[in-house]
Amino acid sequence: MSKLTELNIASARDGLNKGEFSAAELAEAYIKAMEAGRELNAYITETPEVALERARQSDDRRAKGDHLGAMEGIPIAMKDLFCTEGVLTTAGSHILDGFVPQYESTVSANLRSAGAVMLGKANLDEFAMGSANITSYYGPVKNPWGAKVGKDLVPGGSSGGSAAAVSGGLAMAATGTDTGGSIRQPASFCGIVGMKPTYGRCSRWGTVAFASSLDQAGPMTQTVQDAAIMLGAMAGHDPKDSTSAPIDLPDFEAAITGDVSGLTIGIPKEYKMDGMDAEIQAMWDQGIEWLKAKGCNIKEISLPHTKYALPTYYIVAPAEASANLARYDGVRYGLRVPGDSLDDMYMNTRGEGFGDEVKRRILIGTYALSSGYYDAYYIKAQKVRTLISNDFKAAFEDVDAILTPTAPSAAFGIGENQDDPVAMYLNDVFTVPTSLAGLPGISVPAGLSKSGLPLGLQLVGRAFDEGTLLNVASALEDAAAFNFKPGGEG
Amino acid sequence: MSLDKDTVNKIAYLARMRVADDKLEPLAGELSSILDWIEQLQELDTDGVEPMASVSDVTLPQRKDVVTDGNCQTAVLKNAPDSEDGFFTVPKVVE
Repeated sequence: MSKLTELNIASARDGLNKGEFSAAELAEAYIKAMEAGRELNAYITETPEVALERARQSDDRRAKGDHLGAMEGIPIAMKDLFCTEGVLTTAGSHILDGFVPQYESTVSANLRSAGAVMLGKANLDEFAMGSANITSYYGPVKNPWGAKVGKDLVPGGSSGGSAAAVSGGLAMAATGTDTGGSIRQPASFCGIVGMKPTYGRCSRWGTVAFASSLDQAGPMTQTVQDAAIMLGAMAGHDPKDSTSAPIDLPDFEAAITGDVSGLTIGIPKEYKMDGMDAEIQAMWDQGIEWLKAKGCNIKEISLPHTKYALPTYYIVAPAEASANLARYDGVRYGLRVPGDSLDDMYMNTRGEGFGDEVKRRILIGTYALSSGYYDAYYIKAQKVRTLISNDFKAAFEDVDAILTPTAPSAAFGIGENQDDPVAMYLNDVFTVPTSLAGLPGISVPAGLSKSGLPLGLQLVGRAFDEGTLLNVASALEDAAAFNFKPGGEG
Repeated sequence: MSLDKDTVNKIAYLARMRVADDKLEPLAGELSSILDWIEQLQELDTDGVEPMASVSDVTLPQRKDVVTDGNCQTAVLKNAPDSEDGFFTVPKVVE
């Protein structure tokens, strides 16, 4: 039997089914790993008691012969954007000080009823706004791969704690949320699999809102098969979220057949950007060759409005954020900073409670929605969003999936790219268009950079066709045979 | 598009968010550079294009107008910064 913290969801499931170890033993091993790995700052709140209790309940269910869920006994990290009943939920922000939800988000509740064991609440960029996990009120997260190059590296963001926890062996898998790349980019930076499903696949109920028309929860795992297992447990229609899709869930794991021959993979020419890192281009070319060898047809496609995706996103997302974050007023929960008048109390609370990046986005959003600028910015951006979505619709007439790099670089150092907000935003250049179109995307670890850091490739699929996407991703994973670990072995 | 210090102050007030005086100038610079970069959207002809507010095609579902929740005063007040006799206590809102 291998070390418990080296297992993945599928292999742990086998081990539990065979009785090789108990869910409690698994939880204990991860609790130790979580404590030993505190240097990464991957967790804001550790919940060892919750983990042990749920692990024992899982063992009891198994002993009694009760129905077992898809995530039975699997220890996971929960991004601290999901409300968890009785457990501090911060969204990485000072303004939610002391907030202990009295209800459970649908995604975390689904995982719980599928038998998952929550180890703790994973660190993240404040309100999921960031691409480096440096905007959290609870401090930056370190990428476990940094040790290899002797430098503190960012894990990517905003689901940086989730990615670092999975990559560093502090969780078997983790939940993430993705608004413009917040699952896929950190997955790429940390050498793990990260999937943003189709908008509407996972309920947003009980997830702290950033940009409601874009936010989507998804799995962050060690393998594509694990992503399929976990997505099946997280997703599903929820009457409490009116944008949750009222359609049945397919068996995602069964969709992975290993046979992708005859599928057509699109390569968008607009993603070959000026000044693109040669290593990223080489990785992408290698990915094309791998899928060709698996029997896929490769076809160049055009997504003509690609260059407008980021500026569109940086109107739409901040506009929605400024509306969503208006609720944090110091009245009913969280931080309250007193003032001389009601207005003064609002201003003090929000001035002290929000960090710099959140403030920037609230200001951009407020400006874009303000009288006189609404049409020029907000409506304009929504119209361009239609054009971007139409680009993908046209492309998917001819292809079954699209292959692109996940991020324009490997992980960078903590403190780099911090002076210029626009430079930081460019991290999401390959992931944002998919988000605007609401399509599913997955990042698969594909290889190492010259400096020995992981690089991911992104596959994008048709709306609600995660099955095909996972199947192609699995073929890519098989060809890449990425089995490097931050420690260097493997 | 260039924003000056006073405009940033005005937007910050609209958002009811205190921004320290010495932060206004740098923030005006940052926001202006973000808006300059966003300006490229104006190159596109979007006449006759429908604005997209959501990717989901579903029309908002309706449910029966019945009580589905309630009797949870303790839970509702659990996170209140301040409460008394089952009410939230807030700064005076009426003169």
